[in-house]
Amino acid sequence: MTKTATSPATRASPTVNLHVLGPVLALLLLIALGAWLNPNFLSYGNVTNVLARSAFIGIIAVGMTFVITAGGIDLSVGAMAAFVAGLMILAMNSLIPIMGVGIPVILAGMAVAMVAGFIAGWLNGFLVAKVGIEAFIVTLGSMGIYRSLVTWIADGGTLSLNFDLRTLYRPVYYDGILGVAWPIIVFAAVAILGEILMRRTAFGRHCAAIGANEQVARYSAVNVDRVRIATFVLLGMLVGLATIMYVPRLGSASGSTGVLWELEAIAAVIIGGTVLKGGFGRVWGTVIGVLILSLIGNILNLASLVSPYLNGTIQGVIVILAVVLQREKKAAGAR
Amino acid sequence: MGDAVTASASLGATPGPEGAAAPVLAISGVSMRFGAVQVLFDIDFDLRAGEVHALIGENGAGKSTTMKILAGYQPPSGGQVLLDGAPVDFAGSQQAEAAGVVMIHQEFNLAQQLTVEENIFLGRELRRGPFLDHRRMQAESRALLERLNCAVDPRAAVSDISVPNRQMVEIAKALGREARVLIMDEPTAVLTTRETEILLEQIDRLRAAGTAILYTSHKLDEVARIADRVTVLRDGRHVLTAPASDLSTDRMAEVMVGRELSDLFPPKPLPGDETVLKVEGITIPGLIHDAGFTLRRGEVLGFAGLVGAGRTELMEAIVGLRHAAGRVEIKGQQLAGGSVRAARQAGLVYLTEDRKEKGLLLGKDLTQNLTLLALDRFTNLLIDRQAEAAALDRAITEFDIRAGDRGMNVGNLSGGNQQKLLLAKTMLAEPDIVIIDEPTRGIDIGTKQQIYAFIAALAAAGKSVIVVSSELPEVIGLSNRVAVMAEGRIAGVLEGDEINEQTIVRLAIGMAGSEARAS
Repeated sequence: MTKTATSPATRASPTVNLHVLGPVLALLLLIALGAWLNPNFLSYGNVTNVLARSAFIGIIAVGMTFVITAGGIDLSVGAMAAFVAGLMILAMNSLIPIMGVGIPVILAGMAVAMVAGFIAGWLNGFLVAKVGIEAFIVTLGSMGIYRSLVTWIADGGTLSLNFDLRTLYRPVYYDGILGVAWPIIVFAAVAILGEILMRRTAFGRHCAAIGANEQVARYSAVNVDRVRIATFVLLGMLVGLATIMYVPRLGSASGSTGVLWELEAIAAVIIGGTVLKGGFGRVWGTVIGVLILSLIGNILNLASLVSPYLNGTIQGVIVILAVVLQREKKAAGAR
Repeated sequence: MGDAVTASASLGATPGPEGAAAPVLAISGVSMRFGAVQVLFDIDFDLRAGEVHALIGENGAGKSTTMKILAGYQPPSGGQVLLDGAPVDFAGSQQAEAAGVVMIHQEFNLAQQLTVEENIFLGRELRRGPFLDHRRMQAESRALLERLNCAVDPRAAVSDISVPNRQMVEIAKALGREARVLIMDEPTAVLTTRETEILLEQIDRLRAAGTAILYTSHKLDEVARIADRVTVLRDGRHVLTAPASDLSTDRMAEVMVGRELSDLFPPKPLPGDETVLKVEGITIPGLIHDAGFTLRRGEVLGFAGLVGAGRTELMEAIVGLRHAAGRVEIKGQQLAGGSVRAARQAGLVYLTEDRKEKGLLLGKDLTQNLTLLALDRFTNLLIDRQAEAAALDRAITEFDIRAGDRGMNVGNLSGGNQQKLLLAKTMLAEPDIVIIDEPTRGIDIGTKQQIYAFIAALAAAGKSVIVVSSELPEVIGLSNRVAVMAEGRIAGVLEGDEINEQTIVRLAIGMAGSEARAS
């Protein structure tokens, strides 16, 4: 349709720059809009609140970036987070009689979360890579399984962490260093490490190669199965990490914990410019995507311009817009 | 719409007197630029009814772009496209097809999951009432394929039929569309000699029926055999248009390259005595039966055979891309099967015949492609990007890779440069044994010569090379020994004077196996 579709040389033209800068511009625009609508928007309290809340999705979305870049998808992360949270609470509560209320119990709970995330991610990855079932199907299945398992271990209600332990654990969400909350610090660390992993290591390069063309990767001596499993394991462990940050916030888990997280994470990845079909991913873009999504909700809450109930509508429009932009980039890059 | 089978025959009434016929489709003064890069300069080219007009040139000479402009895929930056003498402005390939101009691509445009019949009638399905008339479509498909001497069942899925047959289906599809102008982009690149012959006969028939045909091929003997006129492009410029009868293949090659070609093949270096690779009893049920051979240090071993004889499958089994029974020994050490990585660590690498689907990431830049196989050599926790850039510099010089811009997508490189990049990528792994499958498929003669020189230099440097090729001159010109495969078996290994076309062909078609082995 457009002239760019037939002209490879226009790749280097401003179209691409817009593609790279698009998400950043959108984020800056949102910040300006928020500041203009409500003076409290840029206050320390609000910024901390927005960033800390987006940390869970953000940590998961960084892992999702790798899975999607390698040509996969994981729909189970929200349910997995709920299940891991349930297991973690259950484990900590049952350890109190043995170990007493104290930091060791919390550390044990954290270990449970990481191990559970590892196993859950590995299972997804194994079924995708070794058994050869499509990632969409595998994780659609595991999503249902984890969701029902957490409902079952909570007996349809809510699993609550022991009250004394909760008091002890609370600072992990609410405190921080130098006024920066822990979830924000962890999210930032994950994002920076993720960006390095994606851009500067063989693993990141291999993820992109597999997503771009699995055959080429195989013929280039890339261990495709192992890399693919590793992306799911990485994501599972990041789900575990997100859960560790999430549990102290409410101190409970139920069948409705983490509902729709998978979609928010995937949306953030796509808004950030990672190609849904795989082959190209950028972690910093995902971080921007997460911030865009959570800022929209925040601005709607602060400004009474549009009903906050329309949050989902606006987020949806943004996701679709991001994909349209992506497609134009692809057309321009076509042979 | 109408009866597809008789459609092009009825067009036979239209062509004018031989030779003086007015062009059906032409371009006049056409130029083309992509951004800052101009790829075509003031090109004139025309196609007449009942004529085969060959368009030849090296990779990157502008053949593909010219064809795409003629077939309506791209509007030219300057100049005109003329249909029946009147300027047209095709808004896309569909419009061109509606006007009877059909292009058959080198990479097939077939829906893999659909059947042959569904592909042939895609977009113009015959109906009876609201339902598809499968019976009639099948009958017509069968008739079209019969004209091509192609025995494919119209009900077979395209993914299940062989590559040459897919080519025939593409042509049948074009025939069914009542093509007045047929643009064929290297139709024989994937065909064997016998299949090529069938295709050329069919082209003869289409010509007699009045179809205007644009034909491209790197195989100049084919061009000499089939073309009425030949046009040569070089570096985006029109060099020559002449009756094919006035041009020898040597002359064509010279005009294409723009210089005189010295001997195409360099002298063969002498191999050493040490056996570096020993393959025994490789068997893949239904594909390869008990194949074994040895390879010496500094030797070039050719693998000849018909398409489908199992050469590629055997090589893929040896490097661990396919599961197979049997034993592979590298310098006396047994190689663990099923791992490309293990093979590479043992110094054995395989360069695929399918550079677009298996060799290169077309949507990535040169650097990422170059270092993918040997990435561990550039990685010390983090990838050393300076070392990568330096490696690309070296590869560009050493292999004479011509890329407009280092950051460009590999998919935008010409075939020859892609192949050179693939070679560079493979050599970066510092192998001792290289298996090169179809080293020069779809590559112009100038680049071919470079690649041949490179292979000889490898052998001279003490590396061992296996060359799998369907082009007999290539196998004969490069190899110290030639293994010939037929139906999944190694039918014989030829040495010295036995290496000639006749012996190879006899072995390849399954004749005289014992005779050759007796030597």
